[in-house]
Amino acid sequence: MYSLSYVKAKSVKEAAEFVARNPDAKLLAGGMTLIPTLKQRLARPTHVVDIANLPELRGIAAKGGKLVIGAGTKHHEVATSAVVKKAIPALAGLAGEIGDPQVRNRGTIGGSLANNDPAADYPAAALGLGATVVTTKRSIAADDFFQGLFTTALEEGEVIVGVEFPMPKRAAYSKFPHPASGYAMAGVFIAQTAGGVRVAVTGAGPGVFRWKEAEAALATGFKPAAIEGVKLDASGLNTDIHADGEYRANLVRVMAKRALAKLSGKK
Amino acid sequence: MAKVTIKVNGKNQTRTVEDRMLLVDFLRDELKLTGTHIGCDTSQCGCCTVHVDGRAVKSCSMLAAQVNGASVVTIEGLAKKGKLHPIQRAYSECHGLQCGFCTPGMIMATAGLLKDKPNPTEEEIYKGLEGNLCRCTGYINIVKAVKMSAKLLRGKKH
Repeated sequence: MYSLSYVKAKSVKEAAEFVARNPDAKLLAGGMTLIPTLKQRLARPTHVVDIANLPELRGIAAKGGKLVIGAGTKHHEVATSAVVKKAIPALAGLAGEIGDPQVRNRGTIGGSLANNDPAADYPAAALGLGATVVTTKRSIAADDFFQGLFTTALEEGEVIVGVEFPMPKRAAYSKFPHPASGYAMAGVFIAQTAGGVRVAVTGAGPGVFRWKEAEAALATGFKPAAIEGVKLDASGLNTDIHADGEYRANLVRVMAKRALAKLSGKK
Repeated sequence: MAKVTIKVNGKNQTRTVEDRMLLVDFLRDELKLTGTHIGCDTSQCGCCTVHVDGRAVKSCSMLAAQVNGASVVTIEGLAKKGKLHPIQRAYSECHGLQCGFCTPGMIMATAGLLKDKPNPTEEEIYKGLEGNLCRCTGYINIVKAVKMSAKLLRGKKH
């Protein structure tokens, strides 16, 4: 790790101002991506600004048909929260499948969304549920927030404060984890919401995306069979040492069916 | 440099360290608590697992400065008065190790798992130890050791 200065922020406002003043400073929450990245010398920030334990970033509440989760809430807390399990059980289940127990004890929902790893789980839930990302400056719809490989709508000095998930009628997530890393080779989040069916895919493309053709097919019949024959262009999907685009396209289809099967109570 | 005070195995330890110092290096190099191992250095193997404020974490993926003011338990903090902790006893009796390099991390991860799930199923044990790699045993005896640990710990409470 290159030399850096550690700064413990006393408030979100202070952290936001600090990173706005210091363009090469990085926010540090759980650090489950940032610290390994620093260790490999893939990043060289001047400062890390610790926002992990700020009380204003914590908390889980269900109100007015929305589930609101503070950005600093850890995966373990989301996975085991009675409020989340009741409001959106698929979200609790998803959080409980991220990484491994040690990672879930540190990693945060805000960190995961801000990093927007193309194989991370939370972006699929946020996009699938049509969540709103609340920052120090504004509220951003998930459809506008995710902008491809490690890229988001966040501006310099803008900090995620929390996420608002509208409660769906029902939702399910299914992923095929890479056996070594646990990251999704393909993960599909399907939600029946007030605004229609939403299908979000992570792990398969250069960033989380909505599978609009599947959404249209499921709008006419919300069952696994509806996925058969729905178009999914493999040419835009990731090809790497683990799987090519064709293989991932098939995985997406299988994961979508499994998510739907969960909802109909069949394995 | 950062001045940190961390309660390690019940005792406050104050040191002035580089801001970039990892918790695992703080434990091993500053405190000479070398039971916490560095296996992979890429956050995958779990050999460096310790508890921070009661939760299992990988000490290679945290800065010592982040832990300032927190309470840390390492493998050295488990045995009391020269008597093995029930989990240590179970790993020994079930032969849940061969070379032993991953064992401190396995034991700390087991302690974390049993805190959340005092009576885990076999599947829950596999999932609970997903953050820890063993390259010798094939995990069979490790899973046995976790089951025995759970029994011993539950028995203790009754």
